[in-house]
Amino acid sequence: MPKPKVAFYWCASCGGCEETVVDLAEDILGVVEKVDIVLWPVAMDFKYADVRAMPDKSIVATFLNGAIRSTEQEEMARLLRRKSQFLIAYGSCAHTGGIPGLANQFSREEILNFVYKGSPSTVNETGTLPQTEFEEQGRRVHLPALHQGVRSLDQVVEVDYYVPGCPPTPNITKAAVGALLEGRLPAKGSVLAPDIALCDECPRKATKPTNVAFTEFVRPHQRLLDPNKCFLAQGVVCMGPATRSGCGSQCPSGNMPCTGCFGPTSRVKDQGAKMLSSLCANIEPKDEDGIDKVLEGIPDPVGTFYRYGLPKSLLRRKGGLPTS
Amino acid sequence: MTEKKWTPRLVAFFCNWCTYTAADLAGVSRLKYASNVRIIRVMCSGRIDPQFVLEAFAKGADGVLIGGCHPNDCHYVEGNYKMLRRYRLLKRMLADMGIEPDRFRLEWISAAEGEKVKRVVDEMVQKLTALGPLAWDKKLEDWDREVKALEEHVQAQQTTKEVANA
Repeated sequence: MPKPKVAFYWCASCGGCEETVVDLAEDILGVVEKVDIVLWPVAMDFKYADVRAMPDKSIVATFLNGAIRSTEQEEMARLLRRKSQFLIAYGSCAHTGGIPGLANQFSREEILNFVYKGSPSTVNETGTLPQTEFEEQGRRVHLPALHQGVRSLDQVVEVDYYVPGCPPTPNITKAAVGALLEGRLPAKGSVLAPDIALCDECPRKATKPTNVAFTEFVRPHQRLLDPNKCFLAQGVVCMGPATRSGCGSQCPSGNMPCTGCFGPTSRVKDQGAKMLSSLCANIEPKDEDGIDKVLEGIPDPVGTFYRYGLPKSLLRRKGGLPTS
Repeated sequence: MTEKKWTPRLVAFFCNWCTYTAADLAGVSRLKYASNVRIIRVMCSGRIDPQFVLEAFAKGADGVLIGGCHPNDCHYVEGNYKMLRRYRLLKRMLADMGIEPDRFRLEWISAAEGEKVKRVVDEMVQKLTALGPLAWDKKLEDWDREVKALEEHVQAQQTTKEVANA
């Protein structure tokens, strides 16, 4: 029997998800033995034309990481959707939009102008901006266009499963690949990680006070943090209560609060709103001025609560930005 | 084609014990207030999940009004304070997302203040009318056209291929 075909592809991502595949360490050998990798641009040489030539549904599973923000990424997402039996959104960006999703607070023009002209580290004397086509030696070259905003994979094509995380941890990657190869798959559309908040597996759980009363919020660099005490009890915003578990509490174990990369549990529509709700309800003061003073410790609520999920939030994108 | 004239859609979450009762009072007192408001009764303003507010905006509300008991009067002791704290940050966050502050309001209205329901609703509808439509649902629809375009293009290509092969 031929080995099942598997593809890995990346869109708007940093490469960290690719790294995780390698982080499987010697376990990757077991995976490579059982599957036939047909596309993996970061590590192996395949051409898009090879994929186009394949019959539809001939790839058993495609692990696609990265958000969708250009026409090329969108086209590849559609192509891989057509060629794959299972399309798996791998990592925060494909799952909920990820860090690139924060770009949904700005217009495409603002982003291009800052990146190519305004940023302090940029030297661009001629003011060149990326073009979608240009002519050279009589040939017209076409380049992908940047979309107006960033989308999660499932906002562009149908997705079968999600593997969360920025990047997904080796344990859940291994579990996902195992489930796939052995056909132990849950209902379509499931996130392949436990459906319970991170606090449940956090080693600091016992120190979480039943009644947190915030008198201030501090950011991790502003205070020497107790390595064993619940972050919320120390006045640090920890996204644990609003975030799915499964990562093995890596950040809290490294004395850093959870920033929410595994996304919400299945019962939550909007991770940021839930976190805001829970944190704010537990602020100590009862008067507007007192409350505002405490809230000064959260200068950027969108960036704090939607760090990995703005495109999948209820509002998705800042209002008033151009749509086309 | 005659398009129906736009009037604001205001979603109001009123607590059962004070503000909703006040709205009832406004009704039995035959006070007239703007009919743009859609009142949703909740047991306590502390029950209003910020998700409700975001969802209302995302689905096309032009404004969201929250009514709860005055401080110290909450039937559940603390619920209105919880709402107030959420409101302070949510309002700031909505502004960061491009939703004008006048579109989101919290008011304490006791069961005896039918008149205040009328005043607050009328004021808010007036402000929303001045602001114009928010139409978040339409914005998202418009924006999603940029991915629809390629899908249609791909489909058109496939159809021509199939026609050519036939």
